[in-house]
Amino acid sequence: MAEKLIKPEDLARGISYKHPEKDWRDVPTEMKKGCINYGALPASADYLDLPNVKKWQPMHDDWQLPENWKEIIFEGLKERLKKFRSLQLFMDVCVRCGACADKCHFYIGSGDPKNMPVLRAELLRAVYRSNFTLAGKILGRMAGGRELTKDVIKEWFFYFYQCTECRRCSVFCPYGIDTAEITMMVRELLNLLGLGIDWITTPAANCFRTGNHLGIQPHGFKDSVDFAVDDLEENCGVRVEAPINKKGAEVLVVVPSADYFGDPHYYGFLGYMALFHEIGLDYTFSAFASEGGNFGLFHSNEMMKRLNNKIYAEAKRLGVKWIIGAECGHMWRVLHQYMDTMNGPADFLEEPVSPITGTKFENAKATKMVHICEFTADLIKHNKIKLDPSRNNHWNVTYHDSCNTARGMGLLEEPRYILKNTCNKFHEMPENTIREQTFCCGSGSGIGTDENLEMRMRGGFPRANAVKYVQEKHGVNLLTCICAIDKATLPPLLQYWVPGVEVAAIHELVGNALVMTGENDRSIDLRGDKMGGKEDTEDV
Amino acid sequence: MHVISSLFILALLIGLVFLGVGVLDLQYLFGVIIPYAAITLFLAGVILKVLKWAGAPVPFRIPTTCGQQKSLSFIKADNLEAPHNIWGVLGRMILEVFFFRSLFRNTKTEIKDEKIVYGSDKLLWAAGLAFHYSFLFIFLRHFKFFAEPVPQLMSIMQKLDGFFQIGVPELFLTDIVFIGAVTVLFIRRVVIPQVRYISLPADYFPLYLILGIGGTGICMRYFSKVDIVAIKQLATGLISLNPIVPEGIGIMFFIHFFLVCVLFVYFPFSKLMHFAGVFMSPTRNLINNSRVKRHINPWNPEVKVHTYAEWEDEFREVMKDAGMPLEKE
Amino acid sequence: MYDSPKVLLGLVIFLVLITFPIWYNIAGGTAEYVPELEKPVKGENCVADTEYMRSSHMDLLNTWRNEVVRDGDRVYTAPDGKKYNKSLSQTCLDCHSNKEGFCDKCHDYLKIEPYCWDCHIIPGKEMK
Repeated sequence: MAEKLIKPEDLARGISYKHPEKDWRDVPTEMKKGCINYGALPASADYLDLPNVKKWQPMHDDWQLPENWKEIIFEGLKERLKKFRSLQLFMDVCVRCGACADKCHFYIGSGDPKNMPVLRAELLRAVYRSNFTLAGKILGRMAGGRELTKDVIKEWFFYFYQCTECRRCSVFCPYGIDTAEITMMVRELLNLLGLGIDWITTPAANCFRTGNHLGIQPHGFKDSVDFAVDDLEENCGVRVEAPINKKGAEVLVVVPSADYFGDPHYYGFLGYMALFHEIGLDYTFSAFASEGGNFGLFHSNEMMKRLNNKIYAEAKRLGVKWIIGAECGHMWRVLHQYMDTMNGPADFLEEPVSPITGTKFENAKATKMVHICEFTADLIKHNKIKLDPSRNNHWNVTYHDSCNTARGMGLLEEPRYILKNTCNKFHEMPENTIREQTFCCGSGSGIGTDENLEMRMRGGFPRANAVKYVQEKHGVNLLTCICAIDKATLPPLLQYWVPGVEVAAIHELVGNALVMTGENDRSIDLRGDKMGGKEDTEDV
Repeated sequence: MHVISSLFILALLIGLVFLGVGVLDLQYLFGVIIPYAAITLFLAGVILKVLKWAGAPVPFRIPTTCGQQKSLSFIKADNLEAPHNIWGVLGRMILEVFFFRSLFRNTKTEIKDEKIVYGSDKLLWAAGLAFHYSFLFIFLRHFKFFAEPVPQLMSIMQKLDGFFQIGVPELFLTDIVFIGAVTVLFIRRVVIPQVRYISLPADYFPLYLILGIGGTGICMRYFSKVDIVAIKQLATGLISLNPIVPEGIGIMFFIHFFLVCVLFVYFPFSKLMHFAGVFMSPTRNLINNSRVKRHINPWNPEVKVHTYAEWEDEFREVMKDAGMPLEKE
Repeated sequence: MYDSPKVLLGLVIFLVLITFPIWYNIAGGTAEYVPELEKPVKGENCVADTEYMRSSHMDLLNTWRNEVVRDGDRVYTAPDGKKYNKSLSQTCLDCHSNKEGFCDKCHDYLKIEPYCWDCHIIPGKEMK
């Protein structure tokens, strides 16, 4: 935690939904410390051949915009209006009914009116009106228009990196206006001026070069996996095989890089390996496609395509039949809604069939990529694995739907089905905060940085508030989720707002509960802590 | 500020009719020329706007899923909230267009004792629905001014609408609902701080305009009566392209009619285009089947990628040392 | 993906619906029809001037009904000082003797169905 971070109770007390009387177009934006992300490192931007690379920081006065910056924005906007019906439509049809206003976690946690989804979109819409509509060209401000100035660019940077593209607003909008679409477009425009943030650009550059966001090279990847194999053996007494770049395997397994490098992701990674070993799945990891996540999604559609490319390429090279994708939120937004369109058709793969249960995954028959929760739920349904839920009795569990898997995919019940079979104590958070109405962790879409910590704590307040509710009511001490960014950013968030609640992958619980052939006494869980079921089986 | 400025515009428009019809006697301009121009601009405007939207492709399949996807056979899919076939999309669109499904979800967020609480908030949904349906009913009821002979359906509609037989002519319930709903929509725009903050003149103006149209209509029916036989002659003349302006049509009608014309002209250039936009929203009208059927992006760009061969070239040595399989030794 | 056929279909439906009065008229309407009122059989002038009667006769009749039924006040004094019996069947229909040729002409033209005749008997017609 940064030293100067505001105390939680002061933060909560300080939130006010009263707004200034002044027109929002006349309220200047301050680049507030704790609420902005650092600019992209020139080396990373250069590596990706991005335009207008410079050494630059958002808190500096001079943003070193290129001479023709206005022209770049107008041309860029014009091009995107022609390429995306969503953008064109969302610019034209908003009636400002306000239904979205208090649905955004950043608005709820900050009270800053420009964090209302409608006003966030108006930041672009006002410029659009003045330059692309007849009424706006003639009437200007009267028609809701606004002149494009350098301050507007700064305001865009501030607020469009205060949107996590979570799509909660689009659930409530009567026309389905999705602020994520608008945020994506503005970020593309800002990137044309060289105004990217480092937490997106550098992972993207890493991913492009080494295959994963963390920049782990192939031998490092192998080390991590080997280390995990040892760890698992120590915990369970079973030595598993974890092949890498193995040609001819049936299934390629793609995980977000945090799974083999981050905590608590790692315990879920152990869970996958235990599971695959127990069912005898013929699979391989890939050191080239060593990242399922895709920070290109937070940069531009082209970058998304560039980074996503390696998954199909590697599946083809290795000659696998189909692909399993591990627990990750935005990764699945890309895999579900973009991958096939961008880098398909995957006609060199076969329609996914579970070799264990014979289930045909018809919902993935074109993309040929199956979510690990779909895969595992199917195994459980067909009784192909033996689970002892009491081994998770030390956990009182709730489940956080990740924005992308909930609202960009509809994966709601599969994880719950797995949880029901792997733990005994499970409590849902209030219904306004789960499933399609789930609240973002506040750090998604590449803004989970330390320098942005205050805004993250604000954005994560609604989620934390719901966790606190089940903590107080049911004694919940574990928040499970299937998103790598969640697993990285929810622990500090809960530490701040709801101390005493840990974060875990669904497959960590699967790994704990899984009864393995030849296992030891399983007295410790995947974290190396005392396993829950061992001592208090009787009094549960 | 915006509340006043747009009211001023409405006053200006009404003043224009007093000047044009009341003083300068330009009945033909306000009864024939402006209406023809307005309907032409309306139709052309709507068509061009929709074609402009349609001219941009939907490059990616991006439905907002608000329910369970169709995946495994033992998990119940929610075809209305995360459609997996065309029937699901149709159902979702019907719920959205006819029942304002998304607005029905609306909640109100408050902070109490450092905790966030969510309450149900159906006012916007109820007022919105009441407004749109009463407007539709009133709009359809006006068909009797254009149709000769008047179809029997009009009689049924009027009898339903005037069911309580209050006054002469009978009070239409939709008139009450209409004025009530528009008033609620106006008041919430002014009273709720968030909504007031985001409101533009373009948000108040259509409300004033619609209130003006409704107000003058009600006035003509109940208070300052006009010769509706003459008005029907004007209307039928217009639709049979044989326009005449009969004598003795009151100024109140010209105000009403002119404001309707203004609404028609204003329509295609404003947020009122949501009536067409709601059908075209890619987060609502797409099937959530992107993993089942490949969606085509017509401008799918060529991008620079990092190939496996390039990658192996860079890391061959370290991979070799780690004993990892290689394509080229 | 453009979905052009669907968009065009939507536009066609919109156009057909919005221009429906035109099609209705072409298909069987008689837009040029103007109701011709039968002249009154007697009397010099009406109880009020024509312009007022055209637009507001229902107000007058409604007032008459209330005053007669509630207050028993049967005498109406016209602007020209002449006195009339406040009665639809005896005063109005005394001159405008043919309901079909007078009242119904405009009422049918505009699909107005006043409930006068729920109680009043049309003169010259048998009670059912």
